[in-house]
Amino acid sequence: MKRKFITLFRIVRTGGVNFVRGLWLALAAVAIMVITLTIILFSIVANATFGHTVDQIANQVDVSVFLQDSVTDAQAQQFVSAIRKQADVKRVDYLTKQQAQEAFVQQNGGNQSLQTAIVETGNPIPATIHVYPRDLNQIGAINKFLTTKQYQALQTSDSPSYNGDRKKAIDNITHATNILRQIGIAAVIIFAVISVLIIFNTIQMAIFNRRDEIQIMRLLGATTSYIRGPFVVETIIYGILSAAISTLLVNAVFVTASGSLQATSFGLLDISYSQQFFQGHYWLLLAMQLTLGILIGAASSVIATRRYLKFKTPKK
Amino acid sequence: MILLDRVTKTYNKNLGPALDRISLHVEPKEFVIVVGQSGSGKTTLLRLLTREERATSGKIIVGGIDYDKLHDRDIPLLRRKIGTVFQDFKLLPNRTVFENVAFALEIVGASKREIENTVPKVLDIVNLKGKEKRMPQELSGGERQRVAIARAIVRQPKILIADEPTGNLDPKHAWDVIKVLEKINRYGTTVLLTTHNQEIVNKLKRRVVTIKHGQIASDRAHAEYNPKA
Repeated sequence: MKRKFITLFRIVRTGGVNFVRGLWLALAAVAIMVITLTIILFSIVANATFGHTVDQIANQVDVSVFLQDSVTDAQAQQFVSAIRKQADVKRVDYLTKQQAQEAFVQQNGGNQSLQTAIVETGNPIPATIHVYPRDLNQIGAINKFLTTKQYQALQTSDSPSYNGDRKKAIDNITHATNILRQIGIAAVIIFAVISVLIIFNTIQMAIFNRRDEIQIMRLLGATTSYIRGPFVVETIIYGILSAAISTLLVNAVFVTASGSLQATSFGLLDISYSQQFFQGHYWLLLAMQLTLGILIGAASSVIATRRYLKFKTPKK
Repeated sequence: MILLDRVTKTYNKNLGPALDRISLHVEPKEFVIVVGQSGSGKTTLLRLLTREERATSGKIIVGGIDYDKLHDRDIPLLRRKIGTVFQDFKLLPNRTVFENVAFALEIVGASKREIENTVPKVLDIVNLKGKEKRMPQELSGGERQRVAIARAIVRQPKILIADEPTGNLDPKHAWDVIKVLEKINRYGTTVLLTTHNQEIVNKLKRRVVTIKHGQIASDRAHAEYNPKA
């Protein structure tokens, strides 16, 4: 037990020393790993931002049901509770004629003549039910329910109505998100492969540089894990370093660009949320980066050393 | 201690065997000199014993370990039981004398205290006391070889294999190395030494096994070596 601990300590120390000695050799590996991890981080932040934007817009989409003036309050309440029972409905708001008028006035607060017209005509705004769907794709089902004969009779001729342009915006964003997600995944895979190859190369060079030492270790009876250990430790250090650099890099981008980010908005896209998301999940993202960096580093060195540290006892 | 039974090693079928049905028995605490010209198969014999090569056929048992039943993953354990010395020393150039010897102990997980206790004693045995902090390139060939011997015996192996340890040394230094090997043998370690230095063989007066064309040409106790025989 004690010997194992001493051995582990020696492996880690040797790995650390080798990392420092081979710093120039390690630079390329660390650089490409930083790029890979940064792309992964950006993909995650972008994904969250798009998702957030879609959610926000989706929350504003509702189906409006306008009731005829002849509908009694009891009938209206019955209708509302019927709608609430629908599985696809998230929320229902009922506005009486009076409330609907107040809301309308509030929305058009700047338009004096419109307000005067409403008062003079004796409130032409119908009582309104706002139906919020759980899922935008279920709007059709809600519509179908609202237009059954029984309920259609309660409504004005232009009811029910829903804001189609928002639906379209959401469709566009969802579509763009999917494309971006695919690009992100492709980029992550490509750069992960490149960084594994470069780490591979770095380790192979390190093995080549230390081939005499490795041969001597072999002849003196060092186990494979004792020889391999320092290489794995070295690449794990690459991973940790790269994760820290990439996270700090992204953080720096958000800090320096925070002013301009808040001022910019790509149409409906809520860019400032990305910063909010990043800073809100800072430690989680850092932990994820570290895990990925360590995994990429360890996996590539284990594979690289596997090829070169085999016992060569051919049976010819 | 070492038992070879009709061991054959063929590297390339077209070239014939490097070792051809060799049988050899070495008792514990024996000092055996293996002689033979370059290409006779001496080095192959030693590489079989350290399991750098695998025998094509025949049986090898060293220190109770049957090589047929030895898994690759157990090779390190085997090598820890055998001390090895090479013609080209195989020291780590960027480490001191002390560190080079300590290296063999580090590999097996010895503690710092163990290392600090053992290494000076072993350096004393090979007459290198006071040179702990030297780098290998600051030493003479003979001194370097004695560092290598110290490294080979620091784990107190039962067997020491020395492959042409004097091959790169002038006669005076060569004899220093041989004297250290004799000393180690007196302490109870089985020594297997290969050489083609006639003078050393004749002075040592030990058992001599002569290999010729991959076969044992002669095996005599206290023999003198005549390369023309």
